[in-house]
Amino acid sequence: MNAKTTLILAVLGVLAVLSSVSLAQSGAAVLLNVSYDPTRELYQEYNEVFARHWEKETGQKVTVRQSHGGAGKQARAVMDGLEADVMTLALAYDIDEVSARAGLLPKEWQSRLPHNSCPYTSTIVFLVRKGNPKNIKDWDDLIRSDVSVITPNPKTSGGARWNYLAAWGYALQHNNNDEAKAKEFVTKLFKNVPVLDSGARGSTITFVQRSIGDVLLAWENEAFLFMEKVSKGEVEMVVPSMSILAEPPVTVVDKVAEKHGTVKLATAYLQHLYSEEAQDIVARYHYRPTLESVAKKYAQKFPQIPMLTIDSDFGGWQVAQKKHFADGGVFDDIYKPG
Amino acid sequence: MAQRTLRRKIERFLWRKPRAITEPLVVRWTAIAITFTFIGLFLVLPLAAIFTQALASGLTAYFRSLWDTDTLSAIRLTLITAAVAVPVNLVFGVAASWAIAKFEFLGKSVLTTLIDLPFAVSPVISGTIYVLFFGLHGYLGPWLKAHNIEIVFAVPGIVLATVFVTFPFVARELIPLMQAQGTEEEEAALTLGAGGWQTFARVTLPNIKWGLIYGVILCNARAMGEFGAVSVISGHIRGLTNTMPLHVEILYNEYNFVGAFAVASLLTVVAMITLVLKSFAEWKFKEESVQAAEEVEGLPQ
Repeated sequence: MNAKTTLILAVLGVLAVLSSVSLAQSGAAVLLNVSYDPTRELYQEYNEVFARHWEKETGQKVTVRQSHGGAGKQARAVMDGLEADVMTLALAYDIDEVSARAGLLPKEWQSRLPHNSCPYTSTIVFLVRKGNPKNIKDWDDLIRSDVSVITPNPKTSGGARWNYLAAWGYALQHNNNDEAKAKEFVTKLFKNVPVLDSGARGSTITFVQRSIGDVLLAWENEAFLFMEKVSKGEVEMVVPSMSILAEPPVTVVDKVAEKHGTVKLATAYLQHLYSEEAQDIVARYHYRPTLESVAKKYAQKFPQIPMLTIDSDFGGWQVAQKKHFADGGVFDDIYKPG
Repeated sequence: MAQRTLRRKIERFLWRKPRAITEPLVVRWTAIAITFTFIGLFLVLPLAAIFTQALASGLTAYFRSLWDTDTLSAIRLTLITAAVAVPVNLVFGVAASWAIAKFEFLGKSVLTTLIDLPFAVSPVISGTIYVLFFGLHGYLGPWLKAHNIEIVFAVPGIVLATVFVTFPFVARELIPLMQAQGTEEEEAALTLGAGGWQTFARVTLPNIKWGLIYGVILCNARAMGEFGAVSVISGHIRGLTNTMPLHVEILYNEYNFVGAFAVASLLTVVAMITLVLKSFAEWKFKEESVQAAEEVEGLPQ
């Protein structure tokens, strides 16, 4: 066999592989859900439940594909052309950005579904090492010089922005709304942060697998899931005296769904999240359900503490983002790596 | 006499050179011991750890985690990517090194430098430039969208990024080799009436065979293992745009350590096969050049 035939055979081989791949696209409807980090397990189960529900209703089979990452990064990817039929992100601001910069969905997207388009909520709690050796009870323990704090980067992670705002809100309330004091408080807190991961899941793994830090600022759902799934009593959850109501919204990405012809399917996918069946899954994966009946059933599980809200305490995401997290905002001022 | 022969045998066994031109025994063995400890700690142990972790819950769990639909699709995508990137770079590498080594032309040194570009820039940049170029708001984005062509966050983008990153491997291997071989044999073939393709297939290609294979092996290893550039452009859609290295990260982040290390172990096996093939190619390559040198020496002057 000479070189010429080898070359021709190799090229033919490649072509064969490629064409078999393009033929492999199946007939079922496909939906892409671009989500943030800690929802992996929740949507894995919900997608199956929804697929069954949809097939029963319409007879059509549906496959939901998932993409996960830090919320800011995911929004960026959708703007750059990641064809998400629906986005289920950590906070409204990132979806606002997709609407404003890429025009993929209308500006008033958040009023299209109940509860500000948030089928579930959560809050921010602390995870500490077993027995709480550093005796961490509340936000003011986080600025002690002997405490090392793990949180992801507010620039890329939605969870991290909730963490930051909760700390800021606590400092305001305990210093007669003195902004300078709040800034000092948050500065001290971030001085205690040795590693800033880009997403919530990365931080959890830094804290637990790599054993860095004394306390992890985490989504309540992430803390519960972690204690259930991985740690066998290595970490404990500490609920601070107050926190923030984290509202992770969901939306159809109109332009993409229209192109894929999936508007009806995508809308049904999100609406079904509010059903009793889905709300029960939500609660089992440790998100706070919004449906009264399910919330009551799981009332024992979720501690009731005073919670700030983004709209009433921080003037909404647009204002908070501009002030704290945009380039040249407060966060840039207080966090100087190294 | 017998004693001297024995001593020479031992020396040969220990790869020992005559005392006058070597270091004292202690120095040599310490150096060797340090090297081996270092390699053991930083290379062998972590590799062993991959397999221990992968098999932590037993063989059944290991194979079950590999048989997962998303994992299989990641393996398939990695194979496809390599199956495109390697031949493309093979053709490009041979063409480029042929042009550079056998001909003189304007801008030759610029071309040689440009070939090294992917080695010089961080893979993240390699991925980002494609997003900037082909992304929805990139230079070609609107046109691509209008024509319904998907590149970023789809398989073509992943392949492009991989091609870019693995671009220099074949050419880098071949250029010095072809330059060293010179153009005499090709010229001889041409004067004997061979055509261009014939000269290439019968003279050039056999001469560079082992160097080429060596380059292809390295190129393939990188194509299968690339993380940074692919991570930027992939979109991380499970079962669709996840390559094996990305899938390892995803499984790890899902606390599925057995699954993550099982996929990692596959990549490790690929790496080990690569090393074996690479050593074989190197050995063959050396053997042939020695043979060639002997042949040249044996010719009447």
